[in-house]
Amino acid sequence: MTDISQTPGAAPTEKPKGGSLFEKDARTKRRNAAESRFKMYGIAAIGIGLLMLVVLVTNIVTAGTGAFQQTYLELDVDLKADKLDKKGNRNIEDIKKVSTFGYAPLIASALESEVAKLGIPTELTPKEMGKILSKAAQAELRNYVISNPDEIGKTVSFRFLVNSRVDGYMKGRVTRESIANDKSITVAQLDFVDQLRDAGVLYKAFNPDFIFGADASDQRPEAAGIGVSMLGSLFMMFVVLALALPIGVAASIYLEEFAPQNRLTDIIEVNISNLAAVPSIVFGILGLAVFINYMHLPTSAPLVGGLVLTLMTLPTIIISTRASLKAVPPSIRDAALGVGASKMQAVFHHVLPLAAPGILTGTIIGLAQALGETAPLLLIGMVGFIASNPPDGIVAGFLSPNSAMPAQIYEWSKRADPAFYERAWGGIIILLIFLVTMNTIAVILRRRFERRW
Amino acid sequence: MNDMTRVERTVDSKAIKIAAKKVQVYYGETHAIKDVDVEIEDKTVTAFIGPSGCGKSTFLRCLNRMNDTIDICRVKGDILLDGEDIYDKRVDPVQLRAKVGMVFQKPNPFPKSIYDNVAYGPRIHGLAKNKAELDEIVEKSLRRGAIWDEVKDRLDAPGTGLSGGQQQRLCIARAIATAPEVLLMDEPCSALDPIATAQVEELIDELRSRYSVVIVTHSMQQAARVSQKTAFFHLGNLVEFGETGQIFTNPEDPRTESYITGRIG
Repeated sequence: MTDISQTPGAAPTEKPKGGSLFEKDARTKRRNAAESRFKMYGIAAIGIGLLMLVVLVTNIVTAGTGAFQQTYLELDVDLKADKLDKKGNRNIEDIKKVSTFGYAPLIASALESEVAKLGIPTELTPKEMGKILSKAAQAELRNYVISNPDEIGKTVSFRFLVNSRVDGYMKGRVTRESIANDKSITVAQLDFVDQLRDAGVLYKAFNPDFIFGADASDQRPEAAGIGVSMLGSLFMMFVVLALALPIGVAASIYLEEFAPQNRLTDIIEVNISNLAAVPSIVFGILGLAVFINYMHLPTSAPLVGGLVLTLMTLPTIIISTRASLKAVPPSIRDAALGVGASKMQAVFHHVLPLAAPGILTGTIIGLAQALGETAPLLLIGMVGFIASNPPDGIVAGFLSPNSAMPAQIYEWSKRADPAFYERAWGGIIILLIFLVTMNTIAVILRRRFERRW
Repeated sequence: MNDMTRVERTVDSKAIKIAAKKVQVYYGETHAIKDVDVEIEDKTVTAFIGPSGCGKSTFLRCLNRMNDTIDICRVKGDILLDGEDIYDKRVDPVQLRAKVGMVFQKPNPFPKSIYDNVAYGPRIHGLAKNKAELDEIVEKSLRRGAIWDEVKDRLDAPGTGLSGGQQQRLCIARAIATAPEVLLMDEPCSALDPIATAQVEELIDELRSRYSVVIVTHSMQQAARVSQKTAFFHLGNLVEFGETGQIFTNPEDPRTESYITGRIG
């Protein structure tokens, strides 16, 4: 016993034997220093991470928001009957004979009369004026006339897309200096654009077609939208959900609750973990070999994409499902077996409901992973395909060629016109919104339904 | 309950409910239970005592084949319930467990309502034809589990929200609800405080009038308080089996004596 315990309350007159508690010894100092050093490392690591995130998000937002706005030109077009319907009988087949190209003069003259009306002085010819508009404008006009043949002969007001250079000029991407070597636009045309803008007929506005529209060819970046590839992604996700969830959950329940513990199940277990780490492009080439070359499923179809992504997602779902089954305390199984439930009843009545939030979270995260996957889609032809129309019907949605959001972004980033660059970033914003939403749902589900023991 | 209180020990010769003959249990290579012969009587509380790891819980779990869930566990010898070998190929363990109910060491109510906890067994065994009958079974079981008065107003509340002692009585009520003939209890009071323990012990004594109860316990006082027959296990062997009064006052085997007096275990 120490002296202190023998004389309680007595003030220590000399230093305690083991050294004072008020003074830190060298060892404690070193330990404390190591601890605060480690805390600094941690804070630095988190700081760097957050900084990167901020840089990334700012970058994406600044580069991508432009895609959600587009420059439009308002124009009253006189749908001249002598040009569009020479026979005058409003026969739809005859009207269709006028090609997209044949509408260009209509637009040019509409622009000419608009200029005259607004009193804008310009030396440009009507044809040169027409060039500030997108090539998509002619197609838009033609589609309108074909679906409303009764409007022929009348004057209709349109809001046309302008071409990507003019749009870029309005967004500050294109300047008078930068077009020195650009054959598709002249300084005179930009002056003309300025005049139209000042007159109020040419303006930037929100562009819903970017979110809901179809992709467009290389010459018309202003008309390209991500909507159709969004549908492609959606159909793929249906396939993944319909296949990966039941197969994954069934496999995990069997492995976790029923399978005997032996060498074979050990091997299966190890291989599932390994599969989760296999590069996704391997699944892509497997899909190409099996689903397309051997089973002759249609190329570029969301069905095939979905099958490939299912293969890729299965290990993730199996691993997370097994983890959440393992987390259910064995006492619950005992309780169920103890009152005479069969093993299956114990699993389905008690274990599975308790594991459900974890399974759902794992599935949503697996789906989010699949949604953002590009590499396997490269190999089954869902890239480079220009989906110009939305699929008609649900069957076509699964079987007709389509793209997917990340594949579409990759495709845009490859194209030459800088206007596509902006759209690639815009596509990334939409993709990220999807992913963040899905992950938020996963977190909410987990918080909401998780039980603690 | 007072430590010195002894349950009335009129041991008439009652019908044998479970007869175990030369039971051997192996966990992989380990020989966990060696040559156990025991006869468990109807309407009697039989206590299994012994130091940790002596195999008493293992043997208890053999009686309703809960050991089947452990892959490496093998059981040899005969265990007869009313003269029928429960390890016979024709026996479905699920049916057996409806007859031989079990209460576990840690209270383990399902994370569902109190009503659903008790109603689960009758539901899966089809014991009730309609809601009214099920209600009746639930009430009767909760009454026998001596918890009805505490929970009758909140049958929809989750069973996990009860206190430890209440949870354990709920689990006993759940085990009774399937109308078992034998009730196995694996250290039912080890997670409970003394008051809850007393309540559960009282309950066990009441259950004796209808069921054959087998209880594994670490507490010798508890064995002395609640049981009529006691079996002492040591290192996988059944050392001594007899009337509780005799085991505690006048054990035949020196090992039993040293365990009871605290020299081993």
